[in-house]
Parts: sequence; C-alpha cells; structure tokens
Amino acid sequence: MTQMNMIKALNSALEVQLEKDKNVVIFGEDVGFFGGVFRVTDGLQKKFGEHRVFDSPLAEGGIAAIAMGMGLNGLRPVAEIQFADYIFPAYDQIVNEIAKVRHRSGGEFTAPLTFRTPAGGGIKGGHHHSQSPEAQFTHTPGLKVVYCSNPYNAKGLLTASIECNDPVIFFEPKRCYRGPFYGDPHNVPTWNDHPDAEVPEGHYIVPLEEARIVREGGACTVIAWGTMVHMCEQAIKDSGIDCELIDLQTLVPWDRDTVVNSIKKTGRCVIVHEAPKTSGFGAEMSASIQERCFYHLEAPITRVTGWDTPFPHTTEWDYIPSPARIAEAIKKTQEE
Amino acid sequence: MTERVTATTKPYTIGRPPFRPGEDADFGGKFVEQPGDLTRPDPAKCSAQDTVAHASGLIRVLDDDGVAQGDWNPELDAETLIQGLEYMMRLRIFDDRMIKMQRTGKLSFYMRSFGEEAIAIAQTMALETQDWIFPSYRQPGAQFVRGRDMVSMICHCIGNTEDNVKGRQMPVHYTWKEGRFISISSPVGTQFSQAVGVAMASAYKGDDEVCISWLGDGTSAQGDYHYALNFASTFKPPVILNVVNNQWAISTHANLATGGRTFAERGLAYDIPSLRVDGNDFLALYSVTKWARLRAAAGKGATHIEVYTYRAGGHSSSDDPSVYRPNDEFQCWPGGDPILRLKEHLMKAKLWNETRHKALAKKIDDEVMASYKAACEFGDLASGPYPPASTIFTEVYETVPWHIQEQREELGK
Repeated sequence: MTQMNMIKALNSALEVQLEKDKNVVIFGEDVGFFGGVFRVTDGLQKKFGEHRVFDSPLAEGGIAAIAMGMGLNGLRPVAEIQFADYIFPAYDQIVNEIAKVRHRSGGEFTAPLTFRTPAGGGIKGGHHHSQSPEAQFTHTPGLKVVYCSNPYNAKGLLTASIECNDPVIFFEPKRCYRGPFYGDPHNVPTWNDHPDAEVPEGHYIVPLEEARIVREGGACTVIAWGTMVHMCEQAIKDSGIDCELIDLQTLVPWDRDTVVNSIKKTGRCVIVHEAPKTSGFGAEMSASIQERCFYHLEAPITRVTGWDTPFPHTTEWDYIPSPARIAEAIKKTQEE
Repeated sequence: MTERVTATTKPYTIGRPPFRPGEDADFGGKFVEQPGDLTRPDPAKCSAQDTVAHASGLIRVLDDDGVAQGDWNPELDAETLIQGLEYMMRLRIFDDRMIKMQRTGKLSFYMRSFGEEAIAIAQTMALETQDWIFPSYRQPGAQFVRGRDMVSMICHCIGNTEDNVKGRQMPVHYTWKEGRFISISSPVGTQFSQAVGVAMASAYKGDDEVCISWLGDGTSAQGDYHYALNFASTFKPPVILNVVNNQWAISTHANLATGGRTFAERGLAYDIPSLRVDGNDFLALYSVTKWARLRAAAGKGATHIEVYTYRAGGHSSSDDPSVYRPNDEFQCWPGGDPILRLKEHLMKAKLWNETRHKALAKKIDDEVMASYKAACEFGDLASGPYPPASTIFTEVYETVPWHIQEQREELGK
C-alpha cells in the first residue's frame, strides 16, 4: 500500500493496464508528452512509447469515433475528454454509435473503451469547466456510467472500467483530485493520511455495479457520488444524525439492492448530486426507491442538487449543494 | 512553410514539435518569405485558384528591417499606425496587470494575448464599426479598438457587482453587445460556424455588415471549423474566417495535430480564396483583412486566412509551457514581437521615438492602474462583493419558470 492522491491513483491504474494488456492505448488532448492538464497521464508516454500514449488533435467528436474504431478492431482505448463540459461534440458518436453498436449489430461487434473525464465544480470554472453531465449518459442504454470519489475507488473502478467489455463513461471529480472537499474553500485538506488514499501499487478492481457504504447508520440513508460524498460526510457530522452514507460509484447499472436494503432499514432517504435537479439521476433513483420501499418510507425522499440553471462562476458556493443544505434536508426527514 | 517533424512513423505517425525543453530552438534566423513575394489580386475578381501561392506562402509587408514593402502595403497614415501601436501596447500592459491580479487571487484565471496583440487589433481596425466580431480567447483586444471602457472589462474579469455578465462566466469570456462582440466560449471553435450564420443573416437583411471570426490551429480540428468552411463555400456570405496558427494548443504543437500542409491551403479545397499572413506584422494583417472585407462587400463571399504567429506565453494562467517547449523559443522564432516590429517601423519612418514610446507606455500604465482601482471599488473575486446569488436564476429563460423560482426561494438569497 502506498499513499496516493486521486491523480496518482488514476495514473497507477493506467500504468498497470498498459503493462498488462498491449491492446490498451491512451490518447486525448495534451495527455502525451505533457501528461494531461491535470497530470493524470504523467510519465506514461515516456514509459510506454509515443504510439501507445499520444496527444490527439483537439476534436472530441473525433476522439470518440477514433476510440470506437480502435475498440471495434481489438484495441482497448482509454481516451481522455479534457473536461466533461467538452464531451458534447462527442455526444453523437457516444450516444448513437458507441452505446448501440453491440445491440444493433446483433452482438457481432463491440467497442470496449473507456472515456475518462474530469467533472464537477468547485474550481471556479464557470459553466464550461464545472458541469456534471452524468445524467446525459445514464439516459443512454448501452453505456456504463461510473463516478469515483477517492484514490482507492478511483484506481479500482478505473481498472474495472478498462477491463469491462462495454463502453464506460468514467467521471473524475476534479475538485477531489488532490484532496477530499468538505465545502470550505478556505480549508481544503490533501489526501495525506486519509484512509481511502491507501492504494495498492499493483492490480486490483473495485467491482462495477457495487455501491460502497461509507458510513453505517440507522436514521436516514444519504446517497451521493463524486465530490458530494465528502460534502455529505460533513453534512452528516454537522447534523448529528446517525445517517447511513452510500457512495453509489456506478450509476448505470446502479446497486439498487444496497440502496433499497438501507432504506428499508432507515425509512428515510436523501439523494445528493451536483447536477441540476430536473431529470438528474436522483429522479431515477427516487422513482425506483418508492416503487420498492413505499411501505418502509417514513418521510418523502428528498433531493439536494445543483439548481436548474447553468453553473455560475463567482457564486458557485451558492450553487453547489453545501453541507448546510444537505444537513437541513437530513434534519427535515426526521421531522415527519 | 516549414516541414512537419515526426517522432515516429511506426506503427502510425506521431508528430513532434520542432524543439523540446533542453533543445536549442533554432528556426534558422529569418523567414524565407519576403514582402513583395506575393501580388495583391483584385478582391472583387479573385477566385480561390488565384490564391494558391498566397495560401502556401506568407503575406508580409514589413521587411526584416522594419520597412513597408510590396503590393500589400496598406499605406496607412501615421495617425492610424500610432493608434494601432497604442492599442497593442494597451493590450499588453492590461494583460500584464491582469495576470498580476490573478496571482493575488483577484481573479480566478486569465489568458493573455502576449505575442499575438497585432491580430485582433489590426484586423478589427480594418473593419467597419457595424461588423460583427466572433472571437476566440486571444482576441479581447478588439474591444479596445471598438472603445470599450477598461473598467468594464476589469469588472468582468474580477467578477464583481459591475460585471456585465453578472459573474456567470470565467474571466476573459467577455461579452459586449454595443461593440458587436459575442461572448468568448470555452468549448473552442463553436463561434466559427455561428459567424457564418450571422453573415448569412446580414446578407438576408441586405445590411452592409461583415462578420469576422477567429479560432486556433488546434481548434481547426473541430467539426465546427469544417462546418464553417463548407457553409461559407456553399452560401458565400460576407464572412472572414481566420485560423490563428500560434503553433501551440496548450502543450500540443501543430505538428502533432495535423499532417497537412499549411492551414490556409485547406480553404482552397472548399473553393474559398485563402491567404497566409505574417501574424506579427500589423500592416500585413490590416491589409489582408481590408482585402477580405472588400471581397465580402463586393458580394464575393468568404475569405479564409491563416494568421501565422507564435503563442509567446502560456495557454492560460494555469499553464507552464517550460514543461513542453524551450523557454526561449519565442525569442528564437523569426516572427518577432508585433509591438516592437511596428515601433521599429514607425521609428525608421521618423514618426516615433523612444521618448514618445516611453511616455505612452507610462500613460497607458497609469490608465490601466486607475481603471483597476476603479474596478476594484465594485469588489473582486478574492473578497467580493459579487453579483447577488439571485443572478444564478435569472435569464435562464426569458421569464423565470415556477421550478426555478421555487429553487431561488429555497436558496433564500
């Protein structure tokens, strides 16, 4: 075990894959010589060569299509989309081509590939460097959608994603690359000494489709992914209420059993995500939960989310679900 | 044009920049291309085929000694030249002030036009005030030409209560309707095909308007670049489409991003007259843009221009170019510094001297400093005040729908 921040852990996952499978190639904007604008691919080109880790032209639609072509022909590409906000030129290729190729070819063709992309707010990135567009992909059958939250699950989930034979959209909460984030921009810890920053150097997976119970509790189930996992930890602490916190990790297919079992125990549920509320993934979960837990629910299922507006620049702390907003929602579930 | 350098051709070709850190950035001294190499075709009659040489060569006016030469010399008067110099100096001093403020946290992020000041300024000066500007992020200088108040620009960058886009956008993402200056967008290249649409609307309405847009060498890989050229070729609206080849897209040199010849030559395949111009030569830039506007006004449609320059600074305040290119590469690159080149030209012509230059720099510096102080009166990113949180919810739609109204009430601000 070694202490790693999320960047190092992701880098380690990629390094292990490049060593293990000669069909793994990595490309994207600035990922080669420079090692990526967030340095996730640092050193990999030097170690594995210029045709295995390379800089692509600046064209996300092209990156997606090239990755699909490589996947169709036996490679296992891991392409970086520099910011999740930049993924939309690739949307047609991802939604109409990559997601559907297995199904529409009667299972004859598949394109195993992974798109890594930094997502989410908290870096003063305004509306084009802060969005969390997971729901745009959870609504597309054929894609697996993964969202890591700490160094340990980042490496394990990325490894599982690359080894998965289905296409995976892998979101990395950029706010948490260098440390967990508890909502106070003036007091940002690093990953140093955090238990989830203890990362094995070799190969391991965190299985897709399995949620992680971060904290057990009996009074309310709180569900989150990405940066919001840490915000919820803080909110639970602040609320003083004995919550069970679930880090969903994989959004499609999501670990419904873990969620449902928890809510049957607690009778209460708060779902938290950064993305806007309308048609956010919390809506899907909320509907599924009430279908299965109706008679166990003691309070309405509550969502704490980003607002149904573009992500702002100067006022981002009024946009991102804060520990205070989350704590208030948790307390409210206890009043019913 | 210089030959593309590649790192490997097996199993497929991967380009490499001419030099990496630790290597000598030796570009062989001066440009091979000289002013006078290329004739200036009649803009009202010119076809794409007439520009084959212009698309592979380099249109220059200022020679290596700073003297204006050749067919493309726009013969500008002293007042215009000094005005151009003033705008360029203003832009550089403004940028330097902003980057200092960024380092103190007064703004979150910044992008300088360093080394590329001539582009937006000469090209906007060659246009009419009714013409539309669809910039990428290294053309904020166009706003100086159109007379935007620096206090207003700084208020945007520091995200205070007087920011005209209400703290919604990152710094440098200027929007300015009065100057017909459309918001810069981080997802690069989107403006390029929009500009063609604007020009089609101008044509439809019969207005004497031209639309100009710029994107980078890197961005020319995006679909939007190719959509723009094809629509412009098909409909021939009054538009000027510039690829600013500053050679670097963050860390990615153009050699890694295109296997072709010049960027300008791509336009020929779309049957659009295409020119390649020395982007650090104020006079050449002014001249080709004037020419493109004459074509547009004559109903001949689009012009495609490669502006050959060098990104002298980092991509942004978040970038450290010393990791991927030699630190002195800009000094070694033959295009030089656009401000020094125009200054030298003016001095050679006895229209300018060191004393006046220093006095002008001091005057601008004082104005920038005064504007900065005036802007900070309305707050800054480090300490506020910011636009009110209610601005999150407004102008998403024409009127605020019930669900957003409810969320605003939930925030309680």
